[in-house]
Amino acid sequence: MSTVSESKALHALHRSHEAPISLWRDAGRRFRRHRLAMVGVAILGVMVVAVLAGPFFYRVPINEIDFKDKLKGPSRAHPLGTDDLGQDLLARMLYGGRISMAVGVTSMLIAISIGTLIGATAGYVGGPTDHTLMRVTDLFLSLPGLPLLLLIVYLFRDSLKTWVGPEMGVFLLVVAVIGGLRWMPVARLVRAQFLSLREKEFVEAARGLGAPPLRQVVRHILPNAMGPVLVAGTIDVAAAIIAESSLSFLGLGFPPDIPTWGRILFDAKDNLDFAPHWALFPGAAIFLTVLSINYIGDGLRDALDPRKVLQK
Amino acid sequence: MDERDIRGLLNDVTSGRLSRRAFVQTMVAVGLTAPMAAQMLASAGVAHAQPKAPAFTPTRRGGGGPLRVLWWQAPTLLNPHFATGTKDQDGSRIFYEPLAAFDPDGNVIPILAERTPSLENGDLARDGLSVTWRLKKGVTWHDGKPFTADDVVFNWEYAADPATATVSVGSYRDLDRVEKVDSHTVKVVFKKPTPFWYDAFCGNRGQLIPKHVFEPYKGAKSREAPANVKPVGTGGYRFVDFKPGDTLRAEINPNYHVPNRPFFDAVEMKGGGDAASAARAVLQTGEYDYAWNMQVEDEILRRLEQAGKGRVEIWSTGACEHIQVNFTDPWKEVDGERSSAKTTHPTLSDPAVRQALNLLVDRASVQEQIYGRQGQTTANYLNAPSRFRSPNTKWEFNVDKANQTLDQAGWKRGADGIRAKDGKRLKFVYQTSINAPRQKTQAIVKQACAKAGIDIEIKSVVASVYFSSDPANPDTYSHFYTDLQMYTNGPGAPDAQLYMEQFTTWQVASKDNKWASRNITRYRNEECDRLWKSATTEMDPVKRAAMFIRINDILIQNVVVIPVLWRSGVGAATAKLRGMDLTGWDSTLWHLPYWHKA
Amino acid sequence: MYRYFIRRILIAIPVIFGISIVLFTILALAPGDPFEELATNPNVPPEVRANLRAQFGLDDPLPVRYVQWLASMIRGNWGFSFVSRVDVDTLILQRLPTTIIVLGAALLLGVAVALPIGTLSALRPYSIFDQIATTFAFIGFSLPTFFTGLVFILLFSIYLDWLPFIYRADIDATGWRWWWEHLRQSIMPVAVLGLFQGATLTRFVRSAVLDVARLDFVNTARAKGLSEWITVVKHVIRNALIPVVTLLALQVPTIFGGAIITEQIFRVPGIGSLLISSILANDTPVIMAITFVFSCLVVLSNLIADLLYGWLDPRISYR
Repeated sequence: MSTVSESKALHALHRSHEAPISLWRDAGRRFRRHRLAMVGVAILGVMVVAVLAGPFFYRVPINEIDFKDKLKGPSRAHPLGTDDLGQDLLARMLYGGRISMAVGVTSMLIAISIGTLIGATAGYVGGPTDHTLMRVTDLFLSLPGLPLLLLIVYLFRDSLKTWVGPEMGVFLLVVAVIGGLRWMPVARLVRAQFLSLREKEFVEAARGLGAPPLRQVVRHILPNAMGPVLVAGTIDVAAAIIAESSLSFLGLGFPPDIPTWGRILFDAKDNLDFAPHWALFPGAAIFLTVLSINYIGDGLRDALDPRKVLQK
Repeated sequence: MDERDIRGLLNDVTSGRLSRRAFVQTMVAVGLTAPMAAQMLASAGVAHAQPKAPAFTPTRRGGGGPLRVLWWQAPTLLNPHFATGTKDQDGSRIFYEPLAAFDPDGNVIPILAERTPSLENGDLARDGLSVTWRLKKGVTWHDGKPFTADDVVFNWEYAADPATATVSVGSYRDLDRVEKVDSHTVKVVFKKPTPFWYDAFCGNRGQLIPKHVFEPYKGAKSREAPANVKPVGTGGYRFVDFKPGDTLRAEINPNYHVPNRPFFDAVEMKGGGDAASAARAVLQTGEYDYAWNMQVEDEILRRLEQAGKGRVEIWSTGACEHIQVNFTDPWKEVDGERSSAKTTHPTLSDPAVRQALNLLVDRASVQEQIYGRQGQTTANYLNAPSRFRSPNTKWEFNVDKANQTLDQAGWKRGADGIRAKDGKRLKFVYQTSINAPRQKTQAIVKQACAKAGIDIEIKSVVASVYFSSDPANPDTYSHFYTDLQMYTNGPGAPDAQLYMEQFTTWQVASKDNKWASRNITRYRNEECDRLWKSATTEMDPVKRAAMFIRINDILIQNVVVIPVLWRSGVGAATAKLRGMDLTGWDSTLWHLPYWHKA
Repeated sequence: MYRYFIRRILIAIPVIFGISIVLFTILALAPGDPFEELATNPNVPPEVRANLRAQFGLDDPLPVRYVQWLASMIRGNWGFSFVSRVDVDTLILQRLPTTIIVLGAALLLGVAVALPIGTLSALRPYSIFDQIATTFAFIGFSLPTFFTGLVFILLFSIYLDWLPFIYRADIDATGWRWWWEHLRQSIMPVAVLGLFQGATLTRFVRSAVLDVARLDFVNTARAKGLSEWITVVKHVIRNALIPVVTLLALQVPTIFGGAIITEQIFRVPGIGSLLISSILANDTPVIMAITFVFSCLVVLSNLIADLLYGWLDPRISYR
């Protein structure tokens, strides 16, 4: 194998040993220099502030029914227009956005944490552990979604409601269900990366130098395996926001009168040719959330890439 | 107008002093309207009106090209005795026919029968204990075998056999016997006087299957019959191909028993998808000729109609969307069940609370904004056939009056605006199935209740769970483990007897009967029980109608149910399609051989 | 490798067995039954529903039902559908060709879009091309298929009137017209599904190529003086294929599982629409058969993926 890469790897190893704090500081600086990542932070920040603080400033009620004003496009009274019951879309988007964004991000974090943990363990340890974990993954992949969800509603809804209260109970249930059923692709992807990376020169080098397994994984393999995880993460945010809306059709999600973005999008679909604004805004909100999270992810990866240090 | 007045008018008609038409018009005027007035006339000895002559009389069979129809829930099997829903009944109806069908006014129209039994032609016994059916001669099954009285008798044996486990068993098991009089005459004998004699062999559950094909598969072997998905009937179209849940294809029957019918050369029934896109395929692109059950908001249908390619068809049915009030306590468990008949509801048992709720349902908004042409506001639970519709009830939406009612009854608003009395708060869980118009109705009711200091928690259950018969699931409509719930039901046949049995004491749903009995509100009233029992054997249609009307009035006065909407049937048809004669009492396709394009 | 393969197949048997127990339990415990429409019909006596439950064995204890199912499955009897009373294998076979054609074409389209676009994006990260591709990919998976499908219908069927939006498996035409009609009606479902998968896959390909392109051996290859093209094809793509193969192994079984929403929108009579209608009708034998075959395919395709890893990167050892 090439001596160049070994020496690079050694160098990197060496460096990280001696200056872990400056590594993080470096990463922070590189992240701030990443233009798109900063754009992502800005967009996401504005949206988070909007859904958190918005309802305190924009005090139009979300469920005020006014049939005279139904299906109206954006106007001064209703900046984003109204739906078919004449309810104000901006108020609904702000209120529902809180839930949609929280569900999207939390479920994504659950999915990629479980997925990465299982995939990394299986890929690094190998042998019977790998077999067992991957067969569990197969099992989860083959579960039929809809009947399983109905079963979960049936078994847990009422007990969770009494245990942590209706709002929080539903939230926990929703993120657990979405996250718990979406980690398998991440696990398979991470494992595949690990199988390949495990045998690469720079890991062998680290192993040869006596780095303990956990360190090998966290410092050397994982950063190089993060690519698919970040992609899966951004896709999962979108998928979770949409999946939440389909859950409420099973009686599992939030009650139907809570206007999450996916829900508004679904309600709007049959009126698409008559009232396009109704679908446009929630669609755009999901798109912007996912896009900004993706740019932040890209920025993080570039900032944390250990080899970038050498190339600069 | 009471029973005596109606009787007087009937006498006038029989004696010729009043025309048939004027009688019907008088009934319309008093709100006890038209269609089934025909039934009253019939039993008073006045002949049935001839069904109106079709405007189009073809001179030859066929030549109409293919008819393409969309059933967004596709048929899954084609044996009418096993039809689990209208989709299967409709799919079967392309091939099978009953002795008689029900037209839009609920009249009994002979199909495979020569004529409609009546008192004056002597086919209907005066004591109500038997009815004689004379079968049309020269009818053949699609495989060429003749249709005879044996087939009719066989259908009774087949459907009534518990081992066959047919869905139509309810219409056949209580018949004393079905006798073959000669090759084309059968006599149906009842165990007791039966005013509702037009049940067996009529309408959807009366579709007749051939004896020579199904005989080997009677009883427990019924499932194995190949003809369950390859029908051999007498209808205007015969079987070509069937993919359950997707496509059903049929071709013209060259030997159909009505001359010069049918018009179309083939029928293709396509399934799947959703109602909104089915409406688009008929109204906007014209890819299909007819789409079934347009559960789409009227607003959207109106906009789609503007394309000019088709029109929305609306017809009257008996279905009533209504809110049920729980008379038992759904939050207390007694002997392993909630909503036990041993309890009473802590707050809804107060008539004032129920009256207030009745005032808080804004039926006009629900009708105008959600259902549009697809329903009418109503104060009655029993709306049709119209001879059973009560003229004594009315409804109003009045938040102030609801507030007054509650104030007077001592329900005081708390700090959070919710009313309470003796520590019991007016907080109700209101459940229904997941279906967009229902969730909107819930939102409208919730908003009005909030203004009156009643807190409503909305709950929605996926339809396949809500309407299931699983005794272990607490979310079904029959468990009714909430304070209020909403769904639609109606008398499927042009008679109210089975429909009104839902409020009798012996039908109270409970753990003991696995929640299979049909009194869901658990409301008990001796007068209802007594009225219903007498109605089952009362042969005088006027007295009988008065009994059902009285039960309805008791339900409304006591706010056992809050009717929201009297729903109509809705379909979409291409602009040129004619002759459907859509009815609320029978299959959409009951008149299929007469469908044509102008 | 041969021994590894045999061993994996042997392990797969108890795994599939175990999966079948879990599937069966979930389906048996999930609420609902097939008689929803009988419920609100006052003319159907309640005993009918009770009788049917008993006749279909829905009231038997769970282990009994499982053993019965397993015994007949081993004999090749897949059971019969509660709602159509037809054998389950007949129902599935009726729908298999359409499913394979439509979903297979969609998957091919997705891969055909994703591989070149993803690779090009990664080789020139943050270029104009990459930015445009990224934006479209994000629109692609931010919008659910129920939405994009409807946009397609509105545009191509209703405003332009170019394509039919109701898929008919039986087209009464022959020769060229038959092919032409099938092509026309397949365009929209294949496009909706293919572009959705393509959008997802593009992101993964881009990320995989980006990762590999940065690895040292690629620099080495470049340093050895290999041309850029050969470097890309021989070293980058081959190594980047590992995550792509993983994803395809996850995607291929879904061809059998069907694309529920897309099939529903365009009324494609595929397995997805059979599955969803069976689930909504609680037609357990059909759901069980479909999910069971699906899980066998999951196990099998993941096994194939594991074997392909070794071929793509010979250093991966089988243990």
